[in-house]
Amino acid sequence: MSGHKMLFSGLKLWTSGRSRWMSRLPDGCSPKVCIVGSGPAGFYTAQQLIKARQDVEVDIYERLPVPFGLVRFGVAPDHPEVKNVINTFTQTARQSRCSFYGNVDVGTDVSVEELRQAYHAVVLSYGAEGNRTMGVPGEDLAGVHAAKDFVGWYNGLPSCRQLRPDLSSETAVILGQGNVALDVARVLLSPLDILKMTDITQPALEALAESQVRRVLIVGRRGPVQVACTVKEVREMVNLPNARPEMVGADFEGVAEALKDLPRPRKRLTELMLKTALEVPGEKEQQRRSEASHAWGFRFFRSPVEILADPERSRTAGIRLAVNRLEGSGEGARAVLTGEVEDVTCGLVISSIGYKSLPIDPSLPFDSRKAIVLNNMGRVQRAAGLYCSGWLKTGPTGVIATTMNNSFDTARSLVEDMDLGTLDVSVVKPGSQSVAALLEKRGVKPVTFSDWEKIDRVELSRGEAVGKPREKLLTVEEMLQVARS
Amino acid sequence: MAAAAVRSSMGLTLRLSRALPDCSNCPFHRSNGCVSGVSNLQRRGSFDSFRTINRHLQTSKGLYHGEEGRSNAEDPDDVVNVVYVDRSGQRIPVKAKVGDNVMYLAQRHGIELEGSCEASLACSTCHVYVNSSHFDKLAEPDEREDDMLDMAPMLQENSRLGCQIILKPELEGIELTLPKVTRNFYVDGHVPKPH
Repeated sequence: MSGHKMLFSGLKLWTSGRSRWMSRLPDGCSPKVCIVGSGPAGFYTAQQLIKARQDVEVDIYERLPVPFGLVRFGVAPDHPEVKNVINTFTQTARQSRCSFYGNVDVGTDVSVEELRQAYHAVVLSYGAEGNRTMGVPGEDLAGVHAAKDFVGWYNGLPSCRQLRPDLSSETAVILGQGNVALDVARVLLSPLDILKMTDITQPALEALAESQVRRVLIVGRRGPVQVACTVKEVREMVNLPNARPEMVGADFEGVAEALKDLPRPRKRLTELMLKTALEVPGEKEQQRRSEASHAWGFRFFRSPVEILADPERSRTAGIRLAVNRLEGSGEGARAVLTGEVEDVTCGLVISSIGYKSLPIDPSLPFDSRKAIVLNNMGRVQRAAGLYCSGWLKTGPTGVIATTMNNSFDTARSLVEDMDLGTLDVSVVKPGSQSVAALLEKRGVKPVTFSDWEKIDRVELSRGEAVGKPREKLLTVEEMLQVARS
Repeated sequence: MAAAAVRSSMGLTLRLSRALPDCSNCPFHRSNGCVSGVSNLQRRGSFDSFRTINRHLQTSKGLYHGEEGRSNAEDPDDVVNVVYVDRSGQRIPVKAKVGDNVMYLAQRHGIELEGSCEASLACSTCHVYVNSSHFDKLAEPDEREDDMLDMAPMLQENSRLGCQIILKPELEGIELTLPKVTRNFYVDGHVPKPH
């Protein structure tokens, strides 16, 4: 919080009308918005709010000491260009009307209700920290992980540090065929030479250096035309050094015929899979494939039924898959059980079937089936002054561009409400001052953006020493230590 | 220190023996837009990178990465007039120059075109529609641009990524329309998107 805000805190301010004298004061008349969550949704919403109205002040609260959410903890280490968006967010954070408060857990350190008292509007953009579960026996066995946790592990999310995935078996099975599943497959099979030049964490790098995993199966309930991944990620698998594709040709029956009716993105993706599965490669590629020590493949029409344990029931030994057939076609096709099952030997099962948002406050109108906060165009239902953006608003799918549009929409709704008076911003609200007082009473010390920049500099310089873009700090304690230094 | 000296002399040896490309003439390198060329990897201290330089990027100079080009500001032959149509339908004429990057040009003129990956073909936020009379004057998109376009909402036949359009005299009068990705997009029925 800046000094001049403290200076004015004791003044009783005349708030009626729009006198020029009033509009020059930083406190009192400025609409104050609080954003919960500092990932793409939070930052894009902040960016648009600040741009749309010259008087809005935005405070972004984040549970971790470090910002950027899934850009930091979700985007794969070998996709550094996707992380360039951090520069855009940094520009927003450095604006005078934007403040970042890390290390503040909304729901525990301060309640949503307290935020609503302090601010004219609260935007919830805390994403999806839970997992959809498979709901099959054996899901809790050693050797089974949610993709979100595996990704969090190699990306340095503090809560996933102790994951210690067992990479000692030859085959890994991934359930789900979205881009997260492909990221996991690619990280499991990428040559160390490539990974060690990325910002993947040191413990993950060491574990992968010892990995015995040679074969990764990416399993989906439906067929090739229904995969949720995109062409770029499939292309990366096809081009992965020292890895050959192993697909089941029969899975592609009828797919070539369906191509002509597919929209362009789906068509290009399906063509690539068809080619990889059915086309006989040229001599050079044949050679490359026969010399490859690793293998990957899609397995279609299979649903998990049970994770099978070794005799001592201490760890995963395999997975039982039900065989499906497809009813209908295209996006709406449904997987129907045939009654047949198939067992696959494997020591690592990663379930990549979707993230899930959690209600951080029981008062929030929440749809547990879709796992989203009930809203109309970003306005939370039956809760004036409460908004949402990002995955919490629309569900946990979409790339950064999708979240950007989604957040811009919420910002538009909020600005419209301010402009039209639906949201009364003439009332004086204390904003971060009152929240700061509450936090101090509760022994919570926020991390500012310049504190984060200290952490950033340490990570960058540690990375430079070992030829990586950054070496991430792995614990909240370490982060706070550097932040306070 | 010694390690750095070894790396730079090894780089020189490899360049002289033509085992590696000379980065000094490449526009990506000069504009600091190169993320996987030899010099960059040397700077980052990656010794083993020589074997796996270009896994991701193609170094064809047809691809555009990084900052916009700068051409002679005074020469009238270098002027290219473009029109942006923003999301509310407003037409905004801009006097630009040969070599300007359509995405950065828009941003310089306050037109709301995002470029979250900073012209590195890793997102689709600079998605624009090109008017039909000029669409065919553009070079064919690289496969990587097509891959990113596939992720853009409201993809059309005349969709391109703004960061890959570099102005040339033939593009005089080009019109670039920003897609209307409004709230109505979701009202149409949420379709699960990849992530």
